[in-house]
Amino acid sequence: MNAVAHQSAPQSLNADLTPPLSALQAMVESARCLYCFEPACVSACPTGIDIPGFIRRIADGNVAGAGRTILSENILGGTCARVCPTEILCQQACVRNTGEERPVAIGRLQRFATDALMGKGGHPFIRAAESGKAVAIVGAGPAGLACAHRLSLLGHRVDIFEARPKPGGLSEYGLAAYKMADDFAQRETSFILALGGIAVHYGRTLGETLDLDALSADYNAVFLAVGLGNPRPLGIAGDDLAGVEDALAFIEKIRQGVAAPILGRVIVIGGGNTAVDAAIQALCLGAGEVVMAYRRGAAQMGATAWEQQLALTRGVIIKPWLAPKRIVGEDGRVEAVQFERTILADGVFLSTGEVIEVPADLVLTAIGQGLRADDLAGLAIDGGRIVVDNRYQTGRPGVFAGGDCIKSGLDLTVQAVEDGKRAAQAIDRFIRN
Amino acid sequence: MADLRSSIAGITAPNPFWLASAPPTDKAYNVRRAFQAGWGGVVWKTLGEDPAVVNVSSRYGALLDANRQLLGFNNIELITDRPLDLNLQEITEVKRDWPDRALVVSLMARMEEAAWVGLVKRIEETGADGVELNLGCPHGMCERGMGSAIGQVPELVEQVTRWVKGATRMPVIVKLTPNITNILWSAEAAKRGGANAVSLINTINSIATVDLDLMAPTPTVDGKGTHGGYCGPAVKPIALNMVAEIGRNHVTADVPLSGIGGIGNWRDAAEFLALGAVNVQVCTAAMVHGFRIVGPMIDGLSQWMDDKGYRRLDDFIGAALGNVVDWNSLNMNFSAKAVIDQDLCIDCGRCHIACEDTSHQAIRVVAEGGKRRFEVIDQECVGCNLCFHVCPVPRCITMRSEDNGLPAMTWTQDPRNPLRAASA
Ligand SMILES: Cc1cc2nc3c(=O)[nH]c(=O)nc-3n(C[C@H](O)[C@H](O)[C@H](O)COP(=O)(O)OP(=O)(O)OC[C@H]3O[C@@H](n4cnc5c(N)ncnc54)[C@H](O)[C@@H]3O)c2cc1C
Ligand SMILES: Cc1cc2nc3c(=O)[nH]c(=O)nc-3n(C[C@H](O)[C@H](O)[C@H](O)COP(=O)(O)O)c2cc1C
Ligand code: SF4
Ligand code: SF4
Ligand code: SF4
Repeated sequence: MNAVAHQSAPQSLNADLTPPLSALQAMVESARCLYCFEPACVSACPTGIDIPGFIRRIADGNVAGAGRTILSENILGGTCARVCPTEILCQQACVRNTGEERPVAIGRLQRFATDALMGKGGHPFIRAAESGKAVAIVGAGPAGLACAHRLSLLGHRVDIFEARPKPGGLSEYGLAAYKMADDFAQRETSFILALGGIAVHYGRTLGETLDLDALSADYNAVFLAVGLGNPRPLGIAGDDLAGVEDALAFIEKIRQGVAAPILGRVIVIGGGNTAVDAAIQALCLGAGEVVMAYRRGAAQMGATAWEQQLALTRGVIIKPWLAPKRIVGEDGRVEAVQFERTILADGVFLSTGEVIEVPADLVLTAIGQGLRADDLAGLAIDGGRIVVDNRYQTGRPGVFAGGDCIKSGLDLTVQAVEDGKRAAQAIDRFIRN
Repeated sequence: MADLRSSIAGITAPNPFWLASAPPTDKAYNVRRAFQAGWGGVVWKTLGEDPAVVNVSSRYGALLDANRQLLGFNNIELITDRPLDLNLQEITEVKRDWPDRALVVSLMARMEEAAWVGLVKRIEETGADGVELNLGCPHGMCERGMGSAIGQVPELVEQVTRWVKGATRMPVIVKLTPNITNILWSAEAAKRGGANAVSLINTINSIATVDLDLMAPTPTVDGKGTHGGYCGPAVKPIALNMVAEIGRNHVTADVPLSGIGGIGNWRDAAEFLALGAVNVQVCTAAMVHGFRIVGPMIDGLSQWMDDKGYRRLDDFIGAALGNVVDWNSLNMNFSAKAVIDQDLCIDCGRCHIACEDTSHQAIRVVAEGGKRRFEVIDQECVGCNLCFHVCPVPRCITMRSEDNGLPAMTWTQDPRNPLRAASA
């Protein structure tokens, strides 16, 4: 059930990268699950979904129950089913790898169940009695939404303040279009909010139209889920030429349906999943040739082996061992990127001094995002992330934080959801004391 | 190559695989295709007196596993719904065209001698090799005083058998119903009546599933259902036991026996033969897969016999029967322990949770460098085999017999038996 195998035609932006399972496929695949006792797949899921439990329910014909089992631990189980790198999470730990070399397709079964449950309409959970307490959340991305849902479930009222005009965070503006087909981020958000008790206020930016002191004063607690908003600059000569663009801004245009077709050659600089997503989506938009250039080797890339394979099968040319040195252009427009070849010698990355010039009409930089620290005056920052204790509390009592803006694990949707859920539990204890 | 030729009550066939009396043997078209596919013999779908019965629409129910593989099969069909003359004419033609295959005709009638004798005389004219008395159908026909209504009363079994034996030179096979408390009573009655052989089992009374929308049993006929006859893989263990019971009962031990019930592959067939059946009959497997399924059956049996050095069926027919004993004859001093092959273990934990929750807390989980290791605690293991059955990996768990140096000792000899003095 490897998604790479599904596609023979070129990837299109709006078609599912991995199509939903049919009822027959779900039957066969769910029957492969051994209903293991306290299995490794569950420990490998950051949100600890009861995987054998939900798959058993699918096999039993109780698909709605399977969906509830998933969502009770991970309210964004629908997005996670689409975007989780299962090859390094649950599926990597499935015991069916040993001996059979083919894990149970947990992610696809998770989508089967959550799609079915959401397709029934309504909301499967009921809020506890009103606690009379209110919490402010900054940011309506996965961490903010997961925290809001859990807090509301526990009986608290929640106001979410979101800078942008739409909810979802990177689910709406960052994840690849073909992973979130059919406006899934918006559908899922509506589903989450249908629980009730949560109000979202758009166009409200912490540091601009909101401040932390006021929020702290007005609410019983505050949860910061602002993600990483700042693109990291390349910092080399020529990075201000026209035709040099931040990959995330490029993806955002695609996701919002306002990207222009691409003619010519594209270079994506970076080795993470964002670089892979940008490269494949550039091909979808018509680019003639897309080169993904990374300063180290394939083994050091942030993109998983599966993502690299996906890029290759879609036609991306991956060039490792190239460190960008200078972007050259004429009349203010990019024409090529100059790289220096690198090597790994005795555990150290070195430049060989050899310079290679690769022509380009568009250069996309995907070398990571940083925290927009100026919004967060007064909070301790370390390594570019907000510092929290083991209860997700910042140095300021009653102010909590989670998701990409703290250092909790991998920068993944599923980790942001777990942070939001656990922070909600900590906030609940805090405000009930 | 092993010699698979088989014979029962003087009826010979090139192999021991027959099709049981059922839809696969309902008419010439099917039976010819079956013979072409390689079946050694057939028992023609049960004939009755004219006018022919009429069947309802919706006839089958099934028990399926999680992959929709059929485990059990249930039907509410009656006997042949075609005119007697047509059946007899087709039987005559097929037997003429396939002289080397066994063609036995099943029949059923009211509890009246003239009815049975009349039918048997007509069947004899076809040149068929023998008859099988259907005293087992547990649905529909029994409401009319036939099938299991006769088969459940040993005196009636004996009476019908005697009537038919007195009226024909053909070998008579009596097909027994499992819907009884003791199979030996009807088997012994068949022998007293003069049966040349018995065949078993017919189907078991059952409700396959309940349709929870219609709130009715399946198969559902216009909102209502009736109990049907159960067969398929799920009934094999029941059939094997009844076959063994007849084989090890001194009164019936010499009655040739045709084994039926849940046979889907060569191994199932070999198991019936090992318990004393001289051939086997198949219905469900053919209905699920078509007649071609006999190919793998024949090939598998032949391969296994070659591997074992059995040259003909008689070399192993009944070979397991002597090892079927009463519980009281088992060795109380025998001890087996589960052994886990750590190289094959895939870390699913099923053995542990099964033993921990429902057996003897004899498999411990040891954390070992991020992985789990499952270890049998020999002192706690009672050798129940539960883990061995729930482990998903073939040969990962085996049962090792312990050499404890103790002599064989049955329960009747066991000092722990409070009734030992009385039974000694
Ligand atoms: C291109 C790309 C592809 C990715 N692909 C995957 C993938 O395939 N699988 C996967 O698991 N993860 C993927 N990720 C990572 C995943 O998207 C993030 O880990 C996840 O979205 C983090 O959630 P969050 O809620 O912490 O932050 P975000 O999703 O960034 O949400 C933060 C929200 O806060 C709002 N906000 C920020 N500052 C303020 C402020 N001052 N005031 C008010 N609101 C504010 C933002 O507008 C946003 O809505 C990808 C990331 C990127 C960039
Ligand atoms: C190992 C085992 C031992 C059993 N022992 C008994 C018993 O001592 N008394 C009894 O009434 N039923 C006994 N049963 C039968 C069960 O109670 C139950 O009726 C049967 O297993 C059918 O139910 P199930 O297949 O749905 O589990 C036993 C079943 C098993 C599997
Ligand atoms: S490890 Fe694999 S087989 Fe076992 S419970 Fe998890 S998904 Fe099922
Ligand atoms: S044989 Fe029975 S008692 Fe022994 S370890 Fe296995 S399950 Fe436990
Ligand atoms: S059931 Fe078999 S594979 Fe699973 S843990 Fe036990 S020994 Fe290992």
